[in-house]
Amino acid sequence: MAESEDVKVLGAWPSPFVMRARIALNLKKVDYEFIAETMHPKSELLLKSNPVYKKIPVLFHKGNPICESLIIVQYIDETWTSVHPILPADPYDRAIARFWAVYIDDKWNPRMREYNMANTDEERAAVAEQIFAGAKLLEEAFQTCGKGGKWFGGDAVGYVDIVLGSWLGWIRVTEKMSGLKILDGDKFPQLAAWADRVCAEEAVKSVMPEINKMLEFGATMMARLKAASSAK
Amino acid sequence: MGSDLPEKGLVLLSSWASMFGIRVMIALEEKGLEYEYWGQDLGNKSATLLRLNPIHKKVPVLVHDGRSICESLIILQYIDETWPGADGASCFLPADPLARSRARFWADLIDKKITDAGANLWMTKGEAQAEAKKEFMESLKLLEGELGEKPYFGGETFGFVDIALVCFASWFHTYDVSGSLNMEAELPKLMAWVKRCQERESVSKALPDPLKVYDFMLILKKRYGIE
Repeated sequence: MAESEDVKVLGAWPSPFVMRARIALNLKKVDYEFIAETMHPKSELLLKSNPVYKKIPVLFHKGNPICESLIIVQYIDETWTSVHPILPADPYDRAIARFWAVYIDDKWNPRMREYNMANTDEERAAVAEQIFAGAKLLEEAFQTCGKGGKWFGGDAVGYVDIVLGSWLGWIRVTEKMSGLKILDGDKFPQLAAWADRVCAEEAVKSVMPEINKMLEFGATMMARLKAASSAK
Repeated sequence: MGSDLPEKGLVLLSSWASMFGIRVMIALEEKGLEYEYWGQDLGNKSATLLRLNPIHKKVPVLVHDGRSICESLIILQYIDETWPGADGASCFLPADPLARSRARFWADLIDKKITDAGANLWMTKGEAQAEAKKEFMESLKLLEGELGEKPYFGGETFGFVDIALVCFASWFHTYDVSGSLNMEAELPKLMAWVKRCQERESVSKALPDPLKVYDFMLILKKRYGIE
Protein backbone atom coordinates (compact mmCIF):
# COMPACT_ATOMS: atom_id res chain seq x y z
CA MET A 1 0.00 0.00 0.00
CA ALA A 2 1.33 3.42 -0.93
CA GLU A 3 1.74 5.80 2.00
CA SER A 4 -1.13 8.25 2.18
CA GLU A 5 0.41 11.34 0.64
CA ASP A 6 -2.48 13.71 1.07
CA VAL A 7 -4.30 12.60 -2.08
CA LYS A 8 -7.83 13.86 -2.63
CA VAL A 9 -10.33 13.63 -5.47
CA LEU A 10 -12.99 16.31 -5.76
CA GLY A 11 -15.87 14.91 -7.77
CA ALA A 12 -19.38 13.54 -8.05
CA TRP A 13 -20.57 9.95 -8.41
CA PRO A 14 -22.29 10.22 -11.81
CA SER A 15 -19.26 11.65 -13.61
CA PRO A 16 -17.28 9.24 -15.80
CA PHE A 17 -14.39 11.72 -15.73
CA VAL A 18 -14.24 11.49 -11.95
CA MET A 19 -14.36 7.69 -12.17
CA ARG A 20 -11.18 7.74 -14.23
CA ALA A 21 -9.17 9.43 -11.49
CA ARG A 22 -10.48 6.96 -8.91
CA ILE A 23 -9.88 3.88 -11.09
CA ALA A 24 -6.30 5.00 -11.71
CA LEU A 25 -5.65 5.57 -8.00
CA ASN A 26 -7.23 2.19 -7.20
CA LEU A 27 -4.98 0.44 -9.72
CA LYS A 28 -1.96 2.12 -8.14
CA LYS A 29 -3.25 1.12 -4.68
CA VAL A 30 -3.08 4.75 -3.54
CA ASP A 31 -5.32 5.76 -0.65
CA TYR A 32 -7.26 8.96 -1.24
CA GLU A 33 -10.03 11.05 0.24
CA PHE A 34 -13.11 11.51 -1.93
CA ILE A 35 -14.68 14.94 -1.57
CA ALA A 36 -18.22 15.05 -2.92
CA GLU A 37 -18.76 18.25 -4.91
CA THR A 38 -22.01 20.09 -4.27
CA MET A 39 -22.34 21.13 -7.97
CA HIS A 40 -25.36 23.44 -7.58
CA PRO A 41 -23.95 25.84 -6.59
CA LYS A 42 -20.29 25.01 -7.27
CA SER A 43 -18.18 24.92 -4.14
CA GLU A 44 -15.50 27.48 -3.21
CA LEU A 45 -12.96 24.67 -3.41
CA LEU A 46 -13.92 23.84 -7.00
CA LEU A 47 -13.93 27.47 -8.13
CA LYS A 48 -10.54 28.06 -6.50
CA SER A 49 -8.84 24.87 -7.67
CA ASN A 50 -10.18 24.89 -11.24
CA PRO A 51 -10.80 28.56 -12.04
CA VAL A 52 -10.46 28.08 -15.80
CA TYR A 53 -13.10 25.40 -16.36
CA LYS A 54 -14.78 25.13 -12.93
CA LYS A 55 -15.27 21.40 -13.57
CA ILE A 56 -14.75 18.10 -11.77
CA PRO A 57 -12.68 16.06 -11.28
CA VAL A 58 -9.87 17.86 -9.54
CA LEU A 59 -7.06 15.73 -8.12
CA PHE A 60 -5.17 17.17 -5.18
CA HIS A 61 -1.72 15.83 -4.40
CA LYS A 62 0.36 17.48 -1.65
CA GLY A 63 -1.97 20.45 -1.96
CA ASN A 64 -1.48 20.86 -5.73
CA PRO A 65 -4.59 20.72 -7.93
CA ILE A 66 -4.50 18.83 -11.22
CA CYS A 67 -7.43 19.19 -13.67
CA GLU A 68 -8.80 17.41 -16.77
CA SER A 69 -9.34 13.66 -16.43
CA LEU A 70 -6.88 12.49 -19.09
CA ILE A 71 -4.19 14.76 -17.66
CA ILE A 72 -5.00 13.48 -14.16
CA VAL A 73 -4.67 9.82 -15.22
CA GLN A 74 -1.29 10.52 -16.85
CA TYR A 75 -0.15 12.43 -13.74
CA ILE A 76 -1.11 9.46 -11.56
CA ASP A 77 0.75 7.09 -13.89
CA GLU A 78 3.88 9.27 -13.90
CA THR A 79 3.88 9.85 -10.12
CA TRP A 80 3.31 6.31 -8.80
CA THR A 81 5.60 4.47 -11.15
CA SER A 82 6.38 1.30 -9.22
CA VAL A 83 2.85 -0.15 -9.38
CA HIS A 84 0.65 -1.05 -12.37
CA PRO A 85 1.78 1.03 -15.34
CA ILE A 86 -1.25 2.54 -17.05
CA LEU A 87 0.22 3.86 -20.31
CA PRO A 88 2.25 1.43 -22.44
CA ALA A 89 6.04 1.58 -22.26
CA ASP A 90 6.65 1.96 -26.00
CA PRO A 91 6.24 5.51 -27.43
CA TYR A 92 4.32 4.28 -30.48
CA ASP A 93 1.89 2.23 -28.36
CA ARG A 94 1.46 5.29 -26.12
CA ALA A 95 0.62 7.43 -29.14
CA ILE A 96 -2.01 4.90 -30.22
CA ALA A 97 -3.50 4.71 -26.71
CA ARG A 98 -3.67 8.52 -26.54
CA PHE A 99 -5.27 8.62 -30.00
CA TRP A 100 -8.10 6.27 -28.98
CA ALA A 101 -8.70 8.15 -25.72
CA VAL A 102 -9.23 11.38 -27.65
CA TYR A 103 -11.39 9.60 -30.25
CA ILE A 104 -13.63 8.07 -27.57
CA ASP A 105 -14.12 11.39 -25.76
CA ASP A 106 -14.33 13.77 -28.71
CA LYS A 107 -15.90 11.72 -31.49
CA TRP A 108 -17.65 8.57 -30.26
CA ASN A 109 -19.21 9.28 -26.92
CA PRO A 110 -20.94 12.56 -27.96
CA ARG A 111 -23.00 10.44 -30.39
CA MET A 112 -24.79 8.81 -27.43
CA ARG A 113 -26.13 12.12 -26.21
CA GLU A 114 -27.06 13.05 -29.78
CA TYR A 115 -29.01 9.81 -30.04
CA ASN A 116 -30.90 10.53 -26.81
CA MET A 117 -31.68 14.07 -27.92
CA ALA A 118 -32.79 13.11 -31.46
CA ASN A 119 -36.42 13.84 -32.24
CA THR A 120 -37.16 11.80 -35.37
CA ASP A 121 -36.59 8.21 -36.46
CA GLU A 122 -34.44 9.47 -39.35
CA GLU A 123 -32.19 11.40 -37.00
CA ARG A 124 -31.93 8.41 -34.66
CA ALA A 125 -31.09 6.03 -37.52
CA ALA A 126 -28.36 8.35 -38.78
CA VAL A 127 -26.76 8.72 -35.35
CA ALA A 128 -27.10 4.98 -34.63
CA GLU A 129 -25.12 4.29 -37.81
CA GLN A 130 -22.34 6.55 -36.53
CA ILE A 131 -22.40 4.86 -33.12
CA PHE A 132 -22.03 1.43 -34.72
CA ALA A 133 -19.27 2.64 -37.05
CA GLY A 134 -17.40 3.87 -33.98
CA ALA A 135 -17.97 0.64 -32.08
CA LYS A 136 -16.56 -1.27 -35.08
CA LEU A 137 -13.42 0.88 -34.95
CA LEU A 138 -13.09 0.22 -31.23
CA GLU A 139 -13.57 -3.53 -31.78
CA GLU A 140 -10.63 -3.37 -34.23
CA ALA A 141 -8.63 -1.13 -31.88
CA PHE A 142 -9.08 -3.73 -29.14
CA GLN A 143 -7.22 -6.26 -31.33
CA THR A 144 -4.37 -3.87 -32.23
CA CYS A 145 -3.87 -2.33 -28.80
CA GLY A 146 -4.57 -5.46 -26.77
CA LYS A 147 -2.29 -7.67 -28.87
CA GLY A 148 -4.24 -10.77 -27.87
CA GLY A 149 -4.66 -9.81 -24.22
CA LYS A 150 -7.87 -9.37 -22.24
CA TRP A 151 -7.59 -5.59 -22.14
CA PHE A 152 -6.90 -2.68 -24.47
CA GLY A 153 -3.79 -2.42 -22.31
CA GLY A 154 -2.82 -6.02 -23.12
CA ASP A 155 -2.41 -8.20 -20.03
CA ALA A 156 -3.45 -5.51 -17.59
CA VAL A 157 -6.01 -2.71 -17.40
CA GLY A 158 -4.54 0.28 -19.23
CA TYR A 159 -5.25 3.81 -20.38
CA VAL A 160 -7.90 3.07 -23.00
CA ASP A 161 -9.59 0.55 -20.68
CA ILE A 162 -9.97 3.34 -18.11
CA VAL A 163 -11.14 5.94 -20.64
CA LEU A 164 -13.71 3.73 -22.36
CA GLY A 165 -14.56 1.77 -19.22
CA SER A 166 -15.58 4.96 -17.41
CA TRP A 167 -18.27 5.52 -20.06
CA LEU A 168 -19.77 2.01 -19.70
CA GLY A 169 -22.32 2.99 -17.06
CA TRP A 170 -23.69 5.75 -19.28
CA ILE A 171 -23.57 3.54 -22.37
CA ARG A 172 -25.73 1.01 -20.53
CA VAL A 173 -28.10 3.81 -19.49
CA THR A 174 -28.41 4.92 -23.14
CA GLU A 175 -29.10 1.30 -24.13
CA LYS A 176 -31.85 0.97 -21.52
CA MET A 177 -33.42 4.38 -22.12
CA SER A 178 -33.40 4.16 -25.91
CA GLY A 179 -33.65 0.44 -26.57
CA LEU A 180 -30.60 0.68 -28.85
CA LYS A 181 -28.18 -2.23 -28.34
CA ILE A 182 -24.77 -0.58 -28.62
CA LEU A 183 -22.38 -3.17 -27.17
CA ASP A 184 -24.03 -5.90 -29.20
CA GLY A 185 -22.31 -9.23 -28.56
CA ASP A 186 -23.19 -10.43 -32.07
CA LYS A 187 -21.80 -7.37 -33.82
CA PHE A 188 -18.92 -6.56 -31.46
CA PRO A 189 -18.04 -9.75 -29.55
CA GLN A 190 -14.64 -8.64 -28.22
CA LEU A 191 -15.96 -5.28 -27.06
CA ALA A 192 -19.01 -6.82 -25.38
CA ALA A 193 -16.89 -9.40 -23.54
CA TRP A 194 -14.40 -6.70 -22.56
CA ALA A 195 -17.24 -4.54 -21.17
CA ASP A 196 -18.38 -7.30 -18.83
CA ARG A 197 -14.77 -7.89 -17.80
CA VAL A 198 -14.18 -4.20 -17.00
CA CYS A 199 -17.32 -3.90 -14.88
CA ALA A 200 -16.20 -6.92 -12.83
CA GLU A 201 -12.68 -5.54 -12.32
CA GLU A 202 -12.06 -4.62 -8.68
CA ALA A 203 -10.59 -1.18 -9.31
CA VAL A 204 -13.64 -0.25 -11.40
CA LYS A 205 -16.44 -2.05 -9.56
CA SER A 206 -15.97 -0.05 -6.39
CA VAL A 207 -16.51 3.29 -8.16
CA MET A 208 -19.03 2.39 -10.84
CA PRO A 209 -22.47 3.59 -9.75
CA GLU A 210 -25.42 1.21 -9.57
CA ILE A 211 -27.36 1.14 -12.86
CA ASN A 212 -30.78 2.10 -11.43
CA LYS A 213 -29.31 5.09 -9.66
CA MET A 214 -27.77 6.15 -12.98
CA LEU A 215 -31.05 5.60 -14.87
CA GLU A 216 -32.84 7.89 -12.45
CA PHE A 217 -30.13 10.53 -12.73
CA GLY A 218 -30.03 10.13 -16.52
CA ALA A 219 -33.78 10.60 -16.87
CA THR A 220 -33.70 13.81 -14.82
CA MET A 221 -30.74 15.16 -16.80
CA MET A 222 -32.35 14.27 -20.14
CA ALA A 223 -35.59 16.01 -19.18
CA ARG A 224 -33.66 19.10 -18.19
CA LEU A 225 -31.67 19.15 -21.45
CA LYS A 226 -34.77 18.62 -23.62
CA ALA A 227 -36.61 21.41 -21.81
CA ALA A 228 -33.66 23.74 -22.27
CA SER A 229 -33.28 22.95 -25.98
CA SER A 230 -36.99 23.36 -26.76
CA ALA A 231 -37.06 26.61 -24.86
CA LYS A 232 -34.45 28.13 -27.24
CA MET B 1 7.66 12.46 -54.63
CA GLY B 2 6.29 8.95 -54.99
CA SER B 3 3.28 7.60 -53.21
CA ASP B 4 5.35 4.83 -51.64
CA LEU B 5 6.30 5.58 -48.07
CA PRO B 6 9.92 4.81 -47.20
CA GLU B 7 10.36 1.79 -44.90
CA LYS B 8 12.69 3.72 -42.64
CA GLY B 9 12.81 7.35 -41.64
CA LEU B 10 10.36 10.18 -41.12
CA VAL B 11 7.68 11.56 -43.43
CA LEU B 12 5.43 14.46 -42.53
CA LEU B 13 2.14 14.90 -44.35
CA SER B 14 0.99 18.46 -43.84
CA SER B 15 -0.15 21.67 -45.44
CA TRP B 16 1.85 24.93 -45.35
CA ALA B 17 -0.85 26.93 -43.55
CA SER B 18 -1.82 24.29 -40.99
CA MET B 19 -0.86 25.42 -37.51
CA PHE B 20 -0.98 21.83 -36.34
CA GLY B 21 1.46 20.79 -39.04
CA ILE B 22 3.69 23.74 -38.12
CA ARG B 23 3.85 22.38 -34.58
CA VAL B 24 5.33 19.14 -35.87
CA MET B 25 7.80 20.91 -38.19
CA ILE B 26 9.08 23.00 -35.27
CA ALA B 27 9.40 19.88 -33.08
CA LEU B 28 11.32 17.94 -35.73
CA GLU B 29 13.69 20.89 -36.33
CA GLU B 30 14.24 21.39 -32.59
CA LYS B 31 15.32 17.75 -32.33
CA GLY B 32 17.53 18.07 -35.42
CA LEU B 33 15.63 15.29 -37.19
CA GLU B 34 15.65 14.79 -40.94
CA TYR B 35 12.35 14.13 -42.62
CA GLU B 36 10.56 14.17 -45.97
CA TYR B 37 7.83 16.75 -46.31
CA TRP B 38 4.78 15.69 -48.37
CA GLY B 39 2.61 18.78 -48.88
CA GLN B 40 -1.11 18.04 -49.03
CA ASP B 41 -3.92 19.76 -50.90
CA LEU B 42 -6.68 19.73 -48.32
CA GLY B 43 -9.26 20.72 -50.91
CA ASN B 44 -8.52 17.48 -52.75
CA LYS B 45 -7.27 14.94 -50.24
CA SER B 46 -4.75 12.39 -51.44
CA ALA B 47 -5.28 8.65 -51.25
CA THR B 48 -2.19 8.46 -49.02
CA LEU B 49 -3.62 10.90 -46.49
CA LEU B 50 -6.97 9.11 -46.43
CA ARG B 51 -5.22 5.78 -45.94
CA LEU B 52 -2.96 7.04 -43.13
CA ASN B 53 -5.63 8.99 -41.27
CA PRO B 54 -8.90 7.32 -42.23
CA ILE B 55 -10.82 8.43 -39.15
CA HIS B 56 -10.11 12.16 -39.14
CA LYS B 57 -8.74 12.62 -42.70
CA LYS B 58 -6.63 15.51 -41.43
CA VAL B 59 -3.08 16.78 -41.34
CA PRO B 60 -0.60 16.50 -39.83
CA VAL B 61 0.29 12.84 -40.02
CA LEU B 62 3.80 11.78 -39.04
CA VAL B 63 5.05 8.51 -40.45
CA HIS B 64 8.03 6.92 -38.70
CA ASP B 65 9.50 3.72 -40.11
CA GLY B 66 6.22 3.08 -41.92
CA ARG B 67 3.90 3.62 -38.94
CA SER B 68 1.63 6.64 -38.77
CA ILE B 69 0.85 8.89 -35.82
CA CYS B 70 -2.01 11.43 -35.92
CA GLU B 71 -3.10 14.42 -33.81
CA SER B 72 -0.44 17.10 -33.39
CA LEU B 73 -0.07 17.08 -29.58
CA ILE B 74 0.13 13.28 -29.64
CA ILE B 75 2.78 13.54 -32.37
CA LEU B 76 4.73 16.08 -30.29
CA GLN B 77 4.82 13.71 -27.32
CA TYR B 78 5.80 10.82 -29.58
CA ILE B 79 8.73 12.82 -30.97
CA ASP B 80 9.71 13.93 -27.45
CA GLU B 81 9.61 10.39 -26.06
CA THR B 82 11.36 8.75 -29.01
CA TRP B 83 14.21 11.30 -29.16
CA PRO B 84 14.71 12.51 -25.60
CA GLY B 85 18.36 13.43 -26.06
CA ALA B 86 21.08 12.52 -23.56
CA ASP B 87 19.39 12.23 -20.12
CA GLY B 88 16.26 13.81 -21.57
CA ALA B 89 18.22 17.01 -22.15
CA SER B 90 16.31 18.09 -25.20
CA CYS B 91 12.78 17.34 -23.98
CA PHE B 92 9.81 19.58 -24.67
CA LEU B 93 7.97 18.34 -21.60
CA PRO B 94 9.64 18.81 -18.21
CA ALA B 95 10.63 15.79 -16.10
CA ASP B 96 8.48 16.58 -13.06
CA PRO B 97 4.95 15.07 -13.25
CA LEU B 98 3.26 18.17 -11.82
CA ALA B 99 5.01 20.48 -14.28
CA ARG B 100 4.12 18.04 -17.09
CA SER B 101 0.47 18.09 -16.07
CA ARG B 102 0.47 21.89 -16.19
CA ALA B 103 2.12 21.95 -19.62
CA ARG B 104 -0.47 19.46 -20.92
CA PHE B 105 -3.24 21.57 -19.38
CA TRP B 106 -2.21 24.72 -21.23
CA ALA B 107 -1.62 22.91 -24.51
CA ASP B 108 -5.07 21.34 -24.18
CA LEU B 109 -6.57 24.78 -23.47
CA ILE B 110 -4.99 26.12 -26.64
CA ASP B 111 -6.65 23.31 -28.63
CA LYS B 112 -10.01 23.77 -26.90
CA LYS B 113 -10.20 27.56 -26.84
CA ILE B 114 -7.93 29.12 -29.47
CA THR B 115 -8.51 26.90 -32.51
CA ASP B 116 -12.25 27.26 -33.06
CA ALA B 117 -12.51 30.80 -31.70
CA GLY B 118 -9.71 31.86 -34.05
CA ALA B 119 -11.42 30.27 -37.04
CA ASN B 120 -14.74 31.87 -36.12
CA LEU B 121 -13.11 35.30 -36.18
CA TRP B 122 -12.94 35.10 -39.97
CA MET B 123 -15.69 32.57 -40.64
CA THR B 124 -18.50 34.33 -38.82
CA LYS B 125 -20.05 37.75 -38.34
CA GLY B 126 -22.27 39.55 -35.85
CA GLU B 127 -23.04 37.82 -32.56
CA ALA B 128 -21.09 34.63 -33.39
CA GLN B 129 -18.02 36.68 -34.23
CA ALA B 130 -18.39 38.80 -31.07
CA GLU B 131 -18.52 35.61 -28.99
CA ALA B 132 -15.46 34.24 -30.78
CA LYS B 133 -13.60 37.50 -30.18
CA LYS B 134 -14.39 37.35 -26.45
CA GLU B 135 -13.30 33.72 -26.09
CA PHE B 136 -10.18 34.23 -28.22
CA MET B 137 -8.95 37.31 -26.35
CA GLU B 138 -9.84 35.94 -22.89
CA SER B 139 -7.95 32.73 -23.61
CA LEU B 140 -4.88 34.56 -24.89
CA LYS B 141 -4.95 36.83 -21.83
CA LEU B 142 -5.01 33.71 -19.63
CA LEU B 143 -2.03 32.36 -21.52
CA GLU B 144 -0.22 35.68 -21.26
CA GLY B 145 -0.81 35.52 -17.50
CA GLU B 146 0.62 32.01 -17.40
CA LEU B 147 3.70 33.18 -19.32
CA GLY B 148 4.26 35.97 -16.81
CA GLU B 149 7.86 37.22 -16.80
CA LYS B 150 9.31 33.95 -18.09
CA PRO B 151 11.10 34.03 -21.47
CA TYR B 152 9.16 30.94 -22.55
CA PHE B 153 6.17 28.98 -21.28
CA GLY B 154 8.72 26.27 -20.56
CA GLY B 155 10.67 28.69 -18.34
CA GLU B 156 14.24 29.16 -19.54
CA THR B 157 13.72 26.51 -22.20
CA PHE B 158 11.46 26.56 -25.26
CA GLY B 159 9.01 23.73 -24.66
CA PHE B 160 5.70 21.97 -25.23
CA VAL B 161 3.35 24.90 -24.66
CA ASP B 162 5.59 27.26 -26.65
CA ILE B 163 5.38 24.93 -29.65
CA ALA B 164 1.63 24.41 -29.13
CA LEU B 165 0.95 28.16 -29.29
CA VAL B 166 3.58 29.75 -31.52
CA CYS B 167 2.24 27.79 -34.49
CA PHE B 168 -0.70 30.25 -34.54
CA ALA B 169 1.61 33.26 -34.94
CA SER B 170 1.26 33.47 -38.73
CA TRP B 171 -2.52 33.51 -38.31
CA PHE B 172 -2.47 36.38 -35.77
CA HIS B 173 -2.51 39.02 -38.52
CA THR B 174 -5.57 37.35 -40.08
CA TYR B 175 -7.36 37.14 -36.72
CA ASP B 176 -6.36 40.72 -35.90
CA VAL B 177 -7.82 42.15 -39.10
CA SER B 178 -10.92 39.90 -39.23
CA GLY B 179 -11.82 40.49 -35.61
CA SER B 180 -10.50 44.08 -35.19
CA LEU B 181 -8.51 42.88 -32.22
CA ASN B 182 -5.41 45.09 -31.93
CA MET B 183 -3.42 42.22 -30.43
CA GLU B 184 -0.17 44.21 -30.26
CA ALA B 185 -1.69 46.67 -27.81
CA GLU B 186 -3.84 44.19 -25.89
CA LEU B 187 -1.24 41.43 -25.50
CA PRO B 188 2.20 43.08 -25.42
CA LYS B 189 3.97 40.35 -23.44
CA LEU B 190 2.61 37.62 -25.66
CA MET B 191 3.62 39.48 -28.83
CA ALA B 192 7.12 39.93 -27.35
CA TRP B 193 7.21 36.19 -26.70
CA VAL B 194 6.24 35.54 -30.35
CA LYS B 195 9.21 37.67 -31.52
CA ARG B 196 11.50 35.81 -29.11
CA CYS B 197 10.34 32.46 -30.49
CA GLN B 198 10.81 33.68 -34.07
CA GLU B 199 14.52 34.12 -33.33
CA ARG B 200 14.73 30.33 -33.19
CA GLU B 201 15.52 28.80 -36.56
CA SER B 202 13.00 25.99 -36.03
CA VAL B 203 10.21 28.56 -35.69
CA SER B 204 11.24 31.02 -38.39
CA LYS B 205 11.63 28.17 -40.89
CA ALA B 206 8.20 26.72 -40.13
CA LEU B 207 6.07 29.88 -39.91
CA PRO B 208 4.65 31.04 -43.25
CA ASP B 209 4.33 34.71 -44.24
CA PRO B 210 1.31 36.18 -42.39
CA LEU B 211 0.24 38.06 -45.54
CA LYS B 212 0.25 34.80 -47.50
CA VAL B 213 -1.94 33.31 -44.76
CA TYR B 214 -4.36 36.25 -45.04
CA ASP B 215 -4.70 35.72 -48.81
CA PHE B 216 -5.23 32.02 -48.19
CA MET B 217 -8.03 32.82 -45.73
CA LEU B 218 -9.74 34.89 -48.45
CA ILE B 219 -9.51 31.90 -50.81
CA LEU B 220 -10.99 29.62 -48.13
CA LYS B 221 -13.85 32.06 -47.54
CA LYS B 222 -14.66 31.96 -51.23
CA ARG B 223 -14.41 28.17 -51.30
CA TYR B 224 -16.81 27.82 -48.35
CA GLY B 225 -19.13 30.46 -49.72
CA ILE B 226 -18.64 32.79 -46.75
CA GLU B 227 -19.30 36.48 -47.28
